[in-house]
Amino acid sequence: MSAAGDAILAALPRSGEEPRVCPYLMAGFPDPEGTADLLLAAEAGGGAVLEVGIPHSDPLADGPTIQAAGRLALARGMTTRIALAQVAKARTRGLRVPVVCMTYLNPVAQFGLEDFCQAAAAAGVDALLVPDLPLEEMEELEGAASRAGLALCTMVAPTTPDRRLTLAATRATGFVYCVSRTGVTGTGDPTEGASLLERVRALSDRPLVLGFGVRRRSQVVSLTGLADGVAVGSRIVEAARGDDPAASVREVVAELCGR
Amino acid sequence: MNVPGRLIVTAPPPRGRYGEFGGSFVPETVVPALQELEAAAVEALGDPRFLADFYGLEAGYAGRPTPLHHARRLSVRAGRPVWLKREDLLHTGAHKLNNALGQLLLAQRMGKHRIVAETGAGQHGLATATACALLGMECIVYMGREDMRRQAVNVAKMKLLGARVEPVGDPAATLKDATSEAIRDWVTNVRDTHYVIGSVVGPHPYPWLVRTLQSVIGSEARAQMLELTGRLPEVVVASVGGGSNAIGIFAAFLEDADVQLLGVEAGGRGPEPGAHGASLGLGTPGVLHGSRSYILQDPDGQVLPTHSISAGLDYPGVGPEHANLMATGRARYVALDDRQALDAFHLLTRLEGIIPALESSHAVAAALRLPDGGGPILVCLSGRGDKDLETVLGREPK
Ligand SMILES: Cc1ncc(COP(=O)(O)O)c(C=O)c1O
Repeated sequence: MSAAGDAILAALPRSGEEPRVCPYLMAGFPDPEGTADLLLAAEAGGGAVLEVGIPHSDPLADGPTIQAAGRLALARGMTTRIALAQVAKARTRGLRVPVVCMTYLNPVAQFGLEDFCQAAAAAGVDALLVPDLPLEEMEELEGAASRAGLALCTMVAPTTPDRRLTLAATRATGFVYCVSRTGVTGTGDPTEGASLLERVRALSDRPLVLGFGVRRRSQVVSLTGLADGVAVGSRIVEAARGDDPAASVREVVAELCGR
Repeated sequence: MNVPGRLIVTAPPPRGRYGEFGGSFVPETVVPALQELEAAAVEALGDPRFLADFYGLEAGYAGRPTPLHHARRLSVRAGRPVWLKREDLLHTGAHKLNNALGQLLLAQRMGKHRIVAETGAGQHGLATATACALLGMECIVYMGREDMRRQAVNVAKMKLLGARVEPVGDPAATLKDATSEAIRDWVTNVRDTHYVIGSVVGPHPYPWLVRTLQSVIGSEARAQMLELTGRLPEVVVASVGGGSNAIGIFAAFLEDADVQLLGVEAGGRGPEPGAHGASLGLGTPGVLHGSRSYILQDPDGQVLPTHSISAGLDYPGVGPEHANLMATGRARYVALDDRQALDAFHLLTRLEGIIPALESSHAVAAALRLPDGGGPILVCLSGRGDKDLETVLGREPK
């Protein structure tokens, strides 16, 4: 296991306590140079692992909130390079928690898989999560990530049969991202994810992060004993729309963490 | 006798690869459904009862075989014989119905009764809505707001047929946005929903499945050429949006090394980024809507806007098999612009009494630009132009 994988494991311990909160931020939203501030705010609010989304013109797995944020970021000039530079900036300003870069395949493919992994690792990214890269197509990125010392997270869904769950769990060097229900980000009821979490848990000792549709603290608490982390996306992105994005992001993350 | 051409059934390419193109790049939620679809399609295409149902609908409902017309006055213009494969005479007015009928029979067999589709020109949406009415299935069609405006007649028809037409995106949204939204619906409702993609694009097995269902065009046209002219065409020409009518007709001639294959993309207003839909001619390899092919994108991998006078060619991607046919040199691709397509639209209308779809007009325009004096040209006349009258008349000097 890579050092990056270890950092994620350490940040998402299996403890029987409530799951750790993993806030998702759209890089470049609401403005390209503000992402470092928001990362630091999310950490200050209590985020255990941060997910940074690279905006894409055609985000197939995203619902309206994250789509709109990505579109705005692109319109304001956000690029993959600026996103990585913002992570690096947050690191120099003291960001300590692991960062997972969530990106669709095409921006990474155009950057070059090898170059992207090296640049992401140099910027202080710990792991990658690529929602449109299924297990069957992962090998090339797996190699590039491992050469760069990056961990790779895999995704599973309620429709994933057990045979593939096992495969996803063995291939993950970071966490296993469990999609709470069939759908896109921002939709769904996370309690529907319970049976999926139980199925993966029986097959794997990787950290399990549940995502899609988590908005409230009560939902986080209800996943105690089931998930090691919960990803919260649309709710955080909504918070970043306000007049003082950093303050709102910090406040919402703190609320989700019960602080 | 009303006997439709036979489908050209090949084994699905391993992992959906056409050379370095193709594949399946989609969220995990739908991966099991795609694997199921591939298995179900292989099984159905090997089942004589399924094929009998399909050919039965093609002959008795859709109107196959479609005629092959010797366009005599157009041939004089071209300086060589031109033959038109009349997919415009298929029920609903375009080749899209071949695919919709086949996929809906398959969906029925798989026990899926909710159908989603994307549409650009509205022809695929119309074909899907029609087949859903025939087979009693629920139909939701996603369509970009710009396309809803310029293809209003097809929107009205889809609604009459009982489909729900969901407007997508901002006022400029077209086929790309509609496709993304249809995929999101499918990701959400995958358990009871079949996604009927309208062209040879998308994740494996769609490019293979749609090609197989459209190969009825090529196998008919090849037999008709042999019967009526005693020879094969020298060139086969077809318009390329996603590439389904083109692959459908090319499929029968791939092994005929002497037959040239020519695909025609949308040159739009010119070669500047955002002004055309020439993915093969001016794009670069990338991943869009689940497969690797040529796409129109910026250096960061963001997909660019497109333009064509023809909604069906207004798309920043193209089927992966076309990308590979271009890479291997087996087929050649050119782009013709809005003006050239419009000129061909009027020419065919006046010379042959056939009002073509603007998509098909691109193919006619390319045929007229081939050197004269050569052997016969076979053009896939993929659809009729009723849906485009408003666009064309709006362009005429008052
Ligand atoms: C008449 C007609 N021809 C061609 C096309 C382009 O699609 P494809 O390239 O898949 O044949 C369309 C698409 O809407 C169409 O309606």
